[in-house]
Amino acid sequence: MNVFVKVFRFYYEGFRSMTLGKTLWIIILIKLFIMFAILKIFFFPNFLSSKADNDKGKSEYIVNEMEKRAVKP
Amino acid sequence: MEDLVLWSRAQFALTAMYHWLFVPLTLGLGVIIGIVETIYYKTKKEQWKTITKFWMRLFGVNFAIGVATGLILEFQFGTNWSNYSWFVGDIFGAPLAIEGIMAFFLESTFIAIMFFGWNKVSKGFHLTATWLTVFGASISALWILIANAWMQYPIGMTFNPDTVRNEMTNFWAVALSPIAMNKVFHTVLSCWVVGAAACIGVSSWFLLKKRHIDLAKKSIKIAAPIGIIAILLTIYTGDGSAYHVAQKQPMKLAAMEGLYRGQTQAPLIALGILKPEEKIKQNDKNPFYLNIQIPYVLSFLGYRNIDAFVPGINDILDGAYPTQDGHIPLSAKEKMASGKIALQALSDYRTAKKEGNIYKAETSLQTLNANYANFGYGFITEESQLIPSVPITFYAFRFMVIVGTFFLFLFGLMWYLGYKKKPYENYKLLNWLCIAGVPLAYMVSQSGWVVAEVGRQPWVIQDLMPTYSAISSLQTSSVITTFIIFCLLFTILLIAELKIMFKQINKGF
Repeated sequence: MNVFVKVFRFYYEGFRSMTLGKTLWIIILIKLFIMFAILKIFFFPNFLSSKADNDKGKSEYIVNEMEKRAVKP
Repeated sequence: MEDLVLWSRAQFALTAMYHWLFVPLTLGLGVIIGIVETIYYKTKKEQWKTITKFWMRLFGVNFAIGVATGLILEFQFGTNWSNYSWFVGDIFGAPLAIEGIMAFFLESTFIAIMFFGWNKVSKGFHLTATWLTVFGASISALWILIANAWMQYPIGMTFNPDTVRNEMTNFWAVALSPIAMNKVFHTVLSCWVVGAAACIGVSSWFLLKKRHIDLAKKSIKIAAPIGIIAILLTIYTGDGSAYHVAQKQPMKLAAMEGLYRGQTQAPLIALGILKPEEKIKQNDKNPFYLNIQIPYVLSFLGYRNIDAFVPGINDILDGAYPTQDGHIPLSAKEKMASGKIALQALSDYRTAKKEGNIYKAETSLQTLNANYANFGYGFITEESQLIPSVPITFYAFRFMVIVGTFFLFLFGLMWYLGYKKKPYENYKLLNWLCIAGVPLAYMVSQSGWVVAEVGRQPWVIQDLMPTYSAISSLQTSSVITTFIIFCLLFTILLIAELKIMFKQINKGF
């Protein structure tokens, strides 16, 4: 039998015969959905990307931030 | 801004501590499962398979609920800690990428064989998969801990003023720094302590309930020696950690010991009650209401010399003390002045570059490089900002050491009783103590992180970046909102885990 078919069957039968695993997978999927589809998109955008489009602009932004927060000599 | 720093720190601490509820059990229980399955492989006795499968089930629940909780920390890097992420991205990127590629693939491939592979693959292949899962999880921790160690002791990089980033120049210096190696072993071994404590605690519950007595006793007989070896090595590597802290982060050591004025032949404070900060300011030579001291030990542990001078918090701020290599360190004020020069030089360099003034750019760069070691001090306005929370660091350290020592005796006793004719189940109080040991082991593990992370404040990266300059300019209210969301989400997940875990334990072997 083709090795890929064997691997597929191994996983397929493994997932089918799960009992406790099904509950755990449901929890994992709900968790991943909350994390990536809600938290990441609505609450955790990439902050620097919203300030500049490229690396040069980002480094400029960081320097400006540092200058603002530095103790004035 | 102060509120924003505090909420950003609180949010990160909450997420990291929640994530750390799962990691120790994964690493610790994994080793126990590997050993039990190895015994099954050698003896071919079904009862060892039953024991393996029971602990594997609990491992699976813990793994599933904990999986990806660490990713939330990475979300926070990009949103809440963008200055920090940019400043160190090149250093942090490499270990995290290796972790993602190596550990993720190792774990996700072999964990499937671990759970689906019984009777489908050979016993030897299954055992290999189990050990590779444990190995993968440990490798995953390795890279994260290397990254954390770099923040405590930045090494193997140069600062690029054009990109405003630290760039890795020596991967091996980062990966094999003595602080990183010590941290890796100390942390991973402490996870084995948690695993052993959990195994003994759950088994003790079965003994109290008079269920699966033989299998529970066998589990304890495996977990107790693992626990002893792990706690002894944790103590040994903990000593190594304290030694490195003395050399590289003396302020942290001073906070751990509540030491305000240093001394030669310094004693270790075994137990003590600190006075309030205001009272200590009036008389910094005696910061305790009462304490129990062990003479000479702090000097010896910190510098391997009982006559060594251990600087206190105020000595470090004043800078007027000789280090072990004979030089006098800069005072806080001198470092703050140097930091301001470094920041100004960075600004001058970039302006000169834009104007095409090569000479000025070159001289500014030289000034920056000469003062870069104190770069972070340029953000510090008052000396007091350089002192971490002494009570939190002091008490967390004592909790870790005292309860850690308790485990040495507990595991020792359980190992000893394993050789008696009617062991374990005759000692109900001891069984209850073992059950209480489960949450205690988690608390010890967490308190270790509290010492490491609170003790290094105000630094995100030692001497180079304080938390104040590392956070993004966000609205405090938005950080509070996500903090509350995390609280709710984590509480729900934790309840789910505990419920499933208790149900599985109740089902028995």
